[in-house]
Amino acid sequence: MDNDRVDQIIDKHNGEASSLIQVLLEIQSEHHWLPKSALERVGERLQVPRTRILHIATFYKAFSLVPKGRHEINVCMGTACHVRGAGRVLDVIEDVIGIKPGETDLELKFSLETVNCLGCCALGPVLEIDGTTHGKMAPGETADVLLNYE
Amino acid sequence: MAKINSPVELEEFRKAILNRRDPDKSCITLCSGSACNASGSAAVARCLEEEIEKQGLSESVEIRKTGCHGFCERGPIIVNNPGGVCYLQIQPEDVPEIISETAKEKRVIDRLLYTDPESGEKITHEGDIPFYKNQQRMVFGPNLSIDPKSIDDYLAIDGYAALSKALTGMSDIEVLEEVKKSNLRGRGGGGFPAGQKWEGSRNAAGEAKYVIVNADEGDPGAYMDRAILEGNPHSILEGLTLGAYAIGAHEGYVYVRQEYPLAVENLLLAIEKAEEYGFLGKNILGTGFDFKVIVHQGAGAFVCGESTALMTALEGRVGEPRPKYVRSNIKGLWNQPSVLNNVETWANVPLIINKGADWFTQFGTEGSKGTKIFSLVGKITNTGLVEVPMGTTLKDIIYKIGGGIPGGKKFKAVQTGGPSGGCIPENLLDLEVGFDELTKAGSMMGSGGMIVLDEDTCMVDVARYFIEFLTDESCGKCTPCREGLRQMLRILTNITEGRGQEGDLELLETLAETATEAALCALGKSAPNPFLSTLRYFRDEYVAHIEEKRCPALSCKELINFYIDPEKCRGCGSCLRKCPADAIIGGKKLIHIVDQDKCTKCGTCFDACPDKFAAVTKLSGVPVPAAVPEEERTIKKSK
Repeated sequence: MDNDRVDQIIDKHNGEASSLIQVLLEIQSEHHWLPKSALERVGERLQVPRTRILHIATFYKAFSLVPKGRHEINVCMGTACHVRGAGRVLDVIEDVIGIKPGETDLELKFSLETVNCLGCCALGPVLEIDGTTHGKMAPGETADVLLNYE
Repeated sequence: MAKINSPVELEEFRKAILNRRDPDKSCITLCSGSACNASGSAAVARCLEEEIEKQGLSESVEIRKTGCHGFCERGPIIVNNPGGVCYLQIQPEDVPEIISETAKEKRVIDRLLYTDPESGEKITHEGDIPFYKNQQRMVFGPNLSIDPKSIDDYLAIDGYAALSKALTGMSDIEVLEEVKKSNLRGRGGGGFPAGQKWEGSRNAAGEAKYVIVNADEGDPGAYMDRAILEGNPHSILEGLTLGAYAIGAHEGYVYVRQEYPLAVENLLLAIEKAEEYGFLGKNILGTGFDFKVIVHQGAGAFVCGESTALMTALEGRVGEPRPKYVRSNIKGLWNQPSVLNNVETWANVPLIINKGADWFTQFGTEGSKGTKIFSLVGKITNTGLVEVPMGTTLKDIIYKIGGGIPGGKKFKAVQTGGPSGGCIPENLLDLEVGFDELTKAGSMMGSGGMIVLDEDTCMVDVARYFIEFLTDESCGKCTPCREGLRQMLRILTNITEGRGQEGDLELLETLAETATEAALCALGKSAPNPFLSTLRYFRDEYVAHIEEKRCPALSCKELINFYIDPEKCRGCGSCLRKCPADAIIGGKKLIHIVDQDKCTKCGTCFDACPDKFAAVTKLSGVPVPAAVPEEERTIKKSK
């Protein structure tokens, strides 16, 4: 992400330090992670020390300091999905793609995350891949869903 | 669009909207909330548009994409007006028939109607379906009839009438008094009287005052706030503006989770439209009152639902709570008096101002007035959002509205209040829901999550689940929560994995007591509740795990084994084909065997085994019987 784009985002928020989280969120959603160069630029422009930026970037779940895979898998671990067997679905996914929640595989194909409730409790267990929801997952079918992604 | 400059102009404008609308014109309302979208509502919407075009009905049939209807189990939902014929679980292939038969010819398509599971009768109207019939939808009701992206739709149902009434006909004190009199209590969890909170801010000294919407709905298994945000954002803005008027604030914030993209989108659009029409901004409705609203997206932290943490996050910092020697309504955002209420609380305010506190207080119990929206999920037939008057019994909610437990299973408990709440067992099902009633039973109202658990759910695992959630979400500022929960999680995990020891329960109780007494914020103080309430009502399950290494619900993976009963197996091969771990040994006309070394205990074989055989069983606390020797595995026909 180049500095010009970072500047545009900062300008959109009037360059106010209180918009720090909103600025980081926009960088994250556009770029899928927060590169060091972008954080340095944000710090310079908003006059916020790097420690505070990193404090925020590591505290909130939405931020990632490492690159993400081409496909982001979110497995819902909300209570409704949990009691309907989300744990077993997660086990199968870990087994198939060989990574744990919070990790990205070496080919940068998949990133795996667990989330707390996507609010589609009627469809539990639910998993979301690149924003598409897959509902009523059975452990046996999960591997088939993953095969559709390149 | 020119600004509306006075209440008279508003009423004229409203009349004009209503006059433009032909009540006899065919209108198809399609639920487009997040849950229905997940079950294919967007594809249905595209089909509807194409089909209406194709059949040349663009002039005579319109589509209205509404927010969540609540009956998420059967989404996507379509209601055909006029007439109100309701179709459930609509797929794109149903669309041509709906247009040609129902929209054009006004004929009802039987196969798409709801079938009453008891009588087997078809039900035509949405309101007659038992799930809806037994509800009282005051706050949530408008979701069914308005397109959240259209401010005109909101105006058509008397939107912004309360604001107009308050700004011109009531003084700020009168608005405050009305809310106080209604005894509206905070819907976000604490149940603190809203009017009292407002009064504190109103009377506090400050250069500026703020009103804030807490839309950081973090409880897993609860999504009612999202449904209002997505489906009726103007009602929240109207409530917020009324609050601002009552306490003398000119700036408001909505703190909404970024995990709710549709809610953010609809809210931003609603603010833009309200500013354009003159319901927000400078000189609202020509009365001289100024108020602006700013949306702040949360970046994913459960603790930010706590009032002081949320305000810190609004300031652009890490959302950690602070001690509340001085309440946030006296010193909150930027150290100024700030009223923070939850989405549902704000959405109740226009109703109270419009219809009066006396009308509002006729619903509910002595201590809890009005209605409450619950998110009824888990092992329940009708998953969805349910709005009932306070004082409705849990039994009515779960059985009359929720339709009971699916699959002939037995009810075990209902978990209310999210991670701060607790589990309520079967013998307390006659409990009336209300803030004080639920607290007395060892749980709490919380924001309204209601997760039904059946006999297959292990209560120790439920406690472990919530403590794990809270350990992960603990902000780390105070020790009892950061370290105490981690230790509780370690012990609970040991118990569910068969490493429980004598003395574990006592140690857990001590840790729970410490967190309750000494944690900094309400989330930490209430964190041990899921453990304490399950221990209170289901101690025997804890004991079975610790002493017998047995999980009575046959759910804890480390304590169960899958086993195929050789007497029952007919060698059909269903389990063999589906097992993702290749852990089943079998073949044609052979008794199948689970290879215990390979088995990952995913349960696929258990689900795959046809009900008529029911050969796959779960064992816990007993050794797995030795496999039948290979030469004896042939299934004899005569058997």
